[in-house]
Amino acid sequence: MKFGVVVFPGSNCDHDAYHVISKHVGQPVDFIWHKETDLSGFDAVIVPGGFSYGDYLRAGALARFSPVMKAVKNFAADGKYVFGICNGFQILCEAGLLPGALMRNSGLHFISRHVNLRVENTNTPFTSEYSNGRVLSIPIAHAEGNFTCDDATYNSLEENGQIVFRYCNASGDTTSGSNPNGARSSIAGICNVDRNVLGMMPHPERACEELLGSNDGRPMFSSLSGTISRLATLQ
Amino acid sequence: MKAKVFVTLKSSVLDPQGTAIHHSVESLGFTGISAIRQGKYFEVSFDDAIGNEAAAESVEKIAKEVLTNPVIEDYSVEIMEG
Repeated sequence: MKFGVVVFPGSNCDHDAYHVISKHVGQPVDFIWHKETDLSGFDAVIVPGGFSYGDYLRAGALARFSPVMKAVKNFAADGKYVFGICNGFQILCEAGLLPGALMRNSGLHFISRHVNLRVENTNTPFTSEYSNGRVLSIPIAHAEGNFTCDDATYNSLEENGQIVFRYCNASGDTTSGSNPNGARSSIAGICNVDRNVLGMMPHPERACEELLGSNDGRPMFSSLSGTISRLATLQ
Repeated sequence: MKAKVFVTLKSSVLDPQGTAIHHSVESLGFTGISAIRQGKYFEVSFDDAIGNEAAAESVEKIAKEVLTNPVIEDYSVEIMEG
């Protein structure tokens, strides 16, 4: 099993993701420079947070044209796992790997704090180790995390179980006060129809050790690694 | 040839930045403004060697595929001769 962490000019959560995979998941992991076009040998690729290309034009808009993104698209089409976090989520939306778009936060501010997330779907490779409805404490750090999409897209997200995380309060209720950025229906993370591509604004890689205030993010990475192991034994 | 590209948020999409600007403008005492919406403006210049028709075709593609996110934005192109 091998994980990859894509590095764009301006990525800044790449080392956090690398650390979590190598230290807490205990699996081999390599950085993938954005000029790379060959992802053979990898089972899962993390598109990390940061400010790729300085967020010029729109957050994630220019990273979409990096050579590696063509490879990531083919990788996803092959059923391999792609996990976009924060700027990574924005990039996956811009690249058309996930529906919708991330707009400026409704309050305009950059928000950096822990929020509560409710696990909406445990039937994905990324969330199988959680219980349904579990409330996680995971930090956010973004100015453009306001998820938006049209009604038809929203309905298909609902129908296909693609809404994986919603912002909520400590008791697991979604309220206007628990939605930090104005995201439609408090959406914090979604997957594609095939469930091998996940994007989310919060940072689970920053919530993998008690010392940092929470380790609620760890099961996301171990779920994924467990899924890959199980698939390998079936082959 | 030179072209102007205007990118605006779709009318169905809320514009928190435009709303904030609107509030500031009102606080200066301007009245009767029903809305302010923020957009982006690009100037695309082509080498003389590129014919006007080819340039117009390119700028349309650039506006659609790069400058605009079709989920939230619309664009318009204005060709300036010369």
